Amino acid sequence: MTSRLLPHAVLGLAVLIFAFPIWIAVAGSTQDAAAIARGDLSLVPRLSGFAVYRDVLLNSSAGAGPVWRELLVSFGMALAIALGKIALSIPSAYAVAFFRFPLRMAAFWVIFMTLMLPVEVRLVPTFQVMSTLGMVNTFSGLTVPLIASATATLLFRQTFTAIPDELVEAARIDGAGPLRFLFDVVIPVSGANIAALFVILFVYGWNQYLWPLLVVTDPHLDTVVIGIVKMIGIDTETAWNKVMATAVLALLPPVVVVVAMQRWFVKGLTEGDK
Amino acid sequence: MDRRTIFPGRALPALLVLPQLALTAVFFLWPAGQAIWSSLQREDAFGTSSEFAGLENFASLFADPLYGAAVARTVLFCAAVTALSMGLALLFAVFADAEIRGRAFYRTMLVWPYAVAPAMSAVLWVLMFHPQIGLVGAWLNRIGVPWDYKLNGAEAMALIVGASAWKQVSYNFIFFLAGLQAIPRSVIEAARIDGSRGFYRFRTIVLPLLMPVVFFLLVVDLVYAAFDTFATVYALTQGGPGQSTQTLVLKVYLDGIVNADIGSSSAQSVVLMAGVIVLSALQFRFLGRKAGT
Amino acid sequence: MDRRNLLAGAGTLAAWAALPGAVRAAGEPTRIVFWHAMSAANGAEIDRIVRDFNASQSDVVLEAVYKGSYPETLTAAIAAYRGGQAPNIVQVFEVGTGTMLQAGPAVKPAWKLAEETGFKLDPSSYIPGVRGYYSLSDGKLASMPFNSSTAVMWYNKDAFEKAGLDPEKPPVTYDDYDRAARTLASKAPTPIASTTAWMPWIQFEEFAAIQNIAYATEGDGYDGLGAQLLVNGKPFVAQLQRFMDLAKDGAFKYTGRDSGPDAIFYSGQAAIGFGSSSGRADIVKNAQFRYAEALLPVEPSLNPKPNNSIIGGASLWALNAPKRTEAEYKAVAAFYAFISKPEQVALYAQHTGYVPVTVAGYDATEASGYYAKNPGTDLPVQQLERGELTANSRGLRLGRLPEIRAVIYEEIEKALQGQQSAQTAMDSAVERGNRILRDFQKSARG
Repeated sequence: MTSRLLPHAVLGLAVLIFAFPIWIAVAGSTQDAAAIARGDLSLVPRLSGFAVYRDVLLNSSAGAGPVWRELLVSFGMALAIALGKIALSIPSAYAVAFFRFPLRMAAFWVIFMTLMLPVEVRLVPTFQVMSTLGMVNTFSGLTVPLIASATATLLFRQTFTAIPDELVEAARIDGAGPLRFLFDVVIPVSGANIAALFVILFVYGWNQYLWPLLVVTDPHLDTVVIGIVKMIGIDTETAWNKVMATAVLALLPPVVVVVAMQRWFVKGLTEGDK
Repeated sequence: MDRRTIFPGRALPALLVLPQLALTAVFFLWPAGQAIWSSLQREDAFGTSSEFAGLENFASLFADPLYGAAVARTVLFCAAVTALSMGLALLFAVFADAEIRGRAFYRTMLVWPYAVAPAMSAVLWVLMFHPQIGLVGAWLNRIGVPWDYKLNGAEAMALIVGASAWKQVSYNFIFFLAGLQAIPRSVIEAARIDGSRGFYRFRTIVLPLLMPVVFFLLVVDLVYAAFDTFATVYALTQGGPGQSTQTLVLKVYLDGIVNADIGSSSAQSVVLMAGVIVLSALQFRFLGRKAGT
Repeated sequence: MDRRNLLAGAGTLAAWAALPGAVRAAGEPTRIVFWHAMSAANGAEIDRIVRDFNASQSDVVLEAVYKGSYPETLTAAIAAYRGGQAPNIVQVFEVGTGTMLQAGPAVKPAWKLAEETGFKLDPSSYIPGVRGYYSLSDGKLASMPFNSSTAVMWYNKDAFEKAGLDPEKPPVTYDDYDRAARTLASKAPTPIASTTAWMPWIQFEEFAAIQNIAYATEGDGYDGLGAQLLVNGKPFVAQLQRFMDLAKDGAFKYTGRDSGPDAIFYSGQAAIGFGSSSGRADIVKNAQFRYAEALLPVEPSLNPKPNNSIIGGASLWALNAPKRTEAEYKAVAAFYAFISKPEQVALYAQHTGYVPVTVAGYDATEASGYYAKNPGTDLPVQQLERGELTANSRGLRLGRLPEIRAVIYEEIEKALQGQQSAQTAMDSAVERGNRILRDFQKSARG
């Protein structure tokens, strides 16, 4: 009997650890900001309080734009980064995996270097480069530098290396060239990995904080993560109910993407990566 | 690591690699070079004047006992985050791997936090642990437990470790679960017939088979703890109280961006890069060896 | 300098279009950007000023952008300048003044802007404390005074009453405060007896000015870049020791840096909250109890005739950028002229809790009957004008002072945690602070 209950107890605790903060955020978002500031946060949501969601979605509060716009920016950014990275890294991973060309390893290492230089480590110089290129405060400035990093290339290289040699042989006997092989065989068989990577990169793009903080000075380009930290960073008065409502809204899209694509995502993530 | 069968050609692969190489050169190599250059300069905040300072920035960095303390603190922080998130993930994965009812529900509930942004995990943890408004924090103070991460350095450290590990558990969980499911049932069955039970079986049969996953996650988690936690820590404590939560990345940011001390911050960047290169090389060797899992 | 040389190429064209206030067709209003650090109620007030300014004329369209806290705003401006993307105007807190004065070609000092654009800027129209903080040795104004506050002691009258203290008699000396805080702790009408925002500013910088003690050599930095900190002197160590003792006995609680602790007071959790006078707008909006503001406590043993307090808050700096046009500088001057109108100064002060920065603004506020209707609101001005302006009460002019403040925060936090003695904390603050000052001296243009 105990052996039956133990897994449920442990996993129930796990669920609680992860779901509880979200519940606090949902409950807190419906309450009176002043009550929260006094430390009277209740775990029971007030039904009348759900109007706050309309409020934060449509209206801007001091320093932070309306959440619908922030969500749109976040969504555009996540999508651009996910698609851009996939489009960029499939060809380069394919080249490294299926060809021998001069400086192949050098090229691979140069790309790999990007993993060693997280943006946190080179903030000011990167900003200077961006402004030299006139990309500060633009949507491309928000996304393009993040598209460059090597994570996706590494994963695809793993995936492509795993494609059986027999497939390649067969294709060559059929007289398929490298490009046809790429489009007819490699991309289709890597479908699950591409889907998984899409999820990973979408979440990565959606969750960016430091880069947008630095490169965007125009509030119209604030992402929702920036918006929320701005709301909290407000020194004197924090409208906690609005913060929590925004937090719930900011969490929804990436969580939905992860949960909806859970099967492929878990598969692609774990298969390509070991 | 490399395939036997390849396509001939030079121009095509070069073209395929070119876009990514170009982006890498502009957005990574150029700034990195700039960082190395800046680390050898003495500059005023606005960058209107600079002079060559040689290795002075590095010298004063290594002479500063506070930098050594920050290194030690970061190592401690990374180790704690990695141990905590991996330990919990492994525990949950072992139970989620069992044949129990509601397994799919439990798995979903453990996978979704992967989507939480580091900055957002800080927000959620504020709601729980803020000494005055946080649900748990205020309750602790009401029952007389002096919980105050704004003044108590050890509590602040515990808070950022907790918030950072909390966010990383689901990633580790996914990998451990996959690793567990890859262990052939026949192996487990054989062990069971041999009469080895419960924890002993786990330790002698399952854990050795999971070792490659453990190593892989070790590197990933260390890199995560070192760099990706910036938003979590910055939003929660800004490095305070005192300097008790100032990790190396936070220090680069505070010195370079907040205090506009470009020279020292760049020198720290260069030191960090060297550290990351070592870590990445480990990971690369590991990624490169696909065999074993 | 009007350079209309357009670089060829779609990329640069797009970049150019994104530049704030780039040259546009004649007849279009000039667009300028103003970065500020005002949030919540004070942020709404900035929006009001911008609306009124834009409605008052048709040549200039000003866009205000909230950039986060004071340090974050200064940081963003420095990064943007380095990237050639500086805003036209940035709001810099008073402790950033020393850094801005050494910014050379990055800034357009207010006096120079006035000279070039013909806008009238008379230093003597500002109240002394404000003028002193932002003027150069020759009396010219380096930056445009805008929002000046000073530190006050807010207290919760209901809590005072419950603890048996006279709500009409706030503590006057530090010893009074000490006793009141201990009484409040024992009667516990609020969870926290007393707390302070901005501890380095209020309990050390203001403390030194009011008690007429030097904070740093070289006349608090006004007379040269070679200044050394003096905060490990006896009065400062005793001041820290006082708070450590109170904290040990539960009569004082440290609740965070900068203005974070403000919310502790207005949510009713602390009976005494030291804070900026500019917190008024938020207190009025949120406090559900009777409250009042009082002068900062004094230390008669150090100075029987207390000096004026020094200002907090911020001033406006015009920044340079490549391609910045004459029209843009004119637009900045137009905004400066607008905010220095007496009725605007008065309105801003009444809406926020900042002090009227000009004498005319103060007179207009008084004439409107505002002070009579809102007793206590003229305290900050009284405190700023009290006594004699001495070399120790002009303000602080130290480079990288925000960073020095961060160092002081770190050291007093360690002391309040019981990790080091008051003397060790202040010694180490001096040692680290002086290192920062020497670095600044090296990198500054002599």
